[in-house]
Amino acid sequence: MTFDLDLIISFLPDILRALGVTILLWIVGSALGILVGFVIAVLRRYGPRGLDLALLAPVELIRGTPFLVQIFLLYYGGPFIGLSLDSVTAGLVGLTIYGAAYYSELWRSGFNAIPRGHIEAAQCVGLNRRQTLKRIILPEMTMLLLPSMVNMTILMLKETAILSIISVPELTLAVSALGTKYYAFVEGFAILALVYWALVEACSAMGRYAERRLSKYRFAAT
Amino acid sequence: MTEKPAIKVEKLVKRFGANTVLSGIDLVVPRGQVTCLIGPSGSGKSTLLRCIAFLEEANEGLIEINGEPLGFTSGEYGERNRLPAAQIQKVRSHIGMVFQQFNLWPHMTALGNVAEALVTVRGMPRKAAEERAMAQLSNVGLSARAGHYPSELSGGQQQRVAIARALALDPDIMLFDEPTSSLDPELTGEVLNVMRELAQSGMTMLVVTHEIGFAASVGSKIVFLDHGEKIVEGRPDEVFGKPRHERIDQFLDTYLDRGAATLL
Ligand SMILES: Nc1ncnc2c1ncn2[C@@H]1O[C@H](COP(=O)(O)OP(=O)(O)OP(=O)(O)O)[C@@H](O)[C@H]1O
Ligand SMILES: [Mg+2]
Repeated sequence: MTFDLDLIISFLPDILRALGVTILLWIVGSALGILVGFVIAVLRRYGPRGLDLALLAPVELIRGTPFLVQIFLLYYGGPFIGLSLDSVTAGLVGLTIYGAAYYSELWRSGFNAIPRGHIEAAQCVGLNRRQTLKRIILPEMTMLLLPSMVNMTILMLKETAILSIISVPELTLAVSALGTKYYAFVEGFAILALVYWALVEACSAMGRYAERRLSKYRFAAT
Repeated sequence: MTEKPAIKVEKLVKRFGANTVLSGIDLVVPRGQVTCLIGPSGSGKSTLLRCIAFLEEANEGLIEINGEPLGFTSGEYGERNRLPAAQIQKVRSHIGMVFQQFNLWPHMTALGNVAEALVTVRGMPRKAAEERAMAQLSNVGLSARAGHYPSELSGGQQQRVAIARALALDPDIMLFDEPTSSLDPELTGEVLNVMRELAQSGMTMLVVTHEIGFAASVGSKIVFLDHGEKIVEGRPDEVFGKPRHERIDQFLDTYLDRGAATLL
């Protein structure tokens, strides 16, 4: 068996389309996960105690089970409870839920990492809760959480490959289909690895750039 | 009619769980003077200051700021009624607070820290707020550092920015909680000098400090707290001069190096 580059080039349009689906699911899923995760973290922190406990269970459940199992249950088990989603929607919903659980924990650690004195100083000059959240807590958290957020977002990219088991037309599915058809698994998966890696590197590079830009905002020594 | 004191604290009790940290404190802070709060570690100095800044809510007792009740009023039968949030905010706005840890916001420049509340709370246009902030920074000798972030400033500079931030809102009472305790000795002086100037300008100040020299020279009144109780109160010469209260003697011996104690 030889490494058949021509084969890959001839299927480039298909592969690129699948890559587009992967990137779209990744970006939208991560963005929604970050957003929903933030809402969960805020509700758990500022809401009534019952709500905190009520949200703890699903977050722990999601974090305690493999994404593959979750997505399988959502797609094939959903119809039994009247939730019939097409594969792309199920994939996006699944990614969002999965990401939200992890991102919510990151946001929570961020809230806990902000020195109480920074918030008290805001209170003392008259900022209300909403203003304190917007002007002090969120910006401080952003720089504290940036490295771990980037890391989680990288994991999210790699989880999109799992969506191939429910036939989401993303990159891994497209490449393995080609592999099956032309018996070109090695070429296909080698390229696959390179593409994911390139995306991860791009994401890390953006993270590093942002960190550099934010470095002067680091916490001052006291 | 006599003028109302800047701060009046009556029978203030604060508990953390089963731990009674303030057991019925009475305190009057006269206007236009510096009152210094001293006492051993854990005696409740910070807690008292934080109750006056309404960062902690006392369990019993009352606080009045310029004659207006802070947080709670006492009803007909001695019960405490919580005041509406807007009223609390209004009374609080007379008070500026400076912390031991400076607590500058790391994502804003010195200027940004000072201008923040002017824009966000007072609704001033950014430009006007920054002009005012700049004037405050130059009062504490830091106009040249306006564009620096807290991480780019020394501890003493950070604390002076924190003082400017509190003063920008034009409070008539300033609370300081050990403002120089986390500073190297050579940076302590620059902060104490700013506080001295502030005192000379007639600001009402309540200062928790271990700088006995500062307390003795700038303070009009010294209040000594121990185990949540006010033990001694008086002019510096009364409190530190001989004969001294036995607890003050112990305190000076235990908490100060001999050199500082003999200066008195
Ligand atoms: N948030 C809190 N929860 C529980 N206990 C507290 C809290 N804040 C303070 N305490 C307790 O209250 C007591 C008084 O503390 P406080 O900080 O007022 O003392 P202090 O006189 O300021 O001491 P120091 O000189 O060390 O700053 C201490 O025993 C402390 O452990
Ligand atoms: Mg203290």
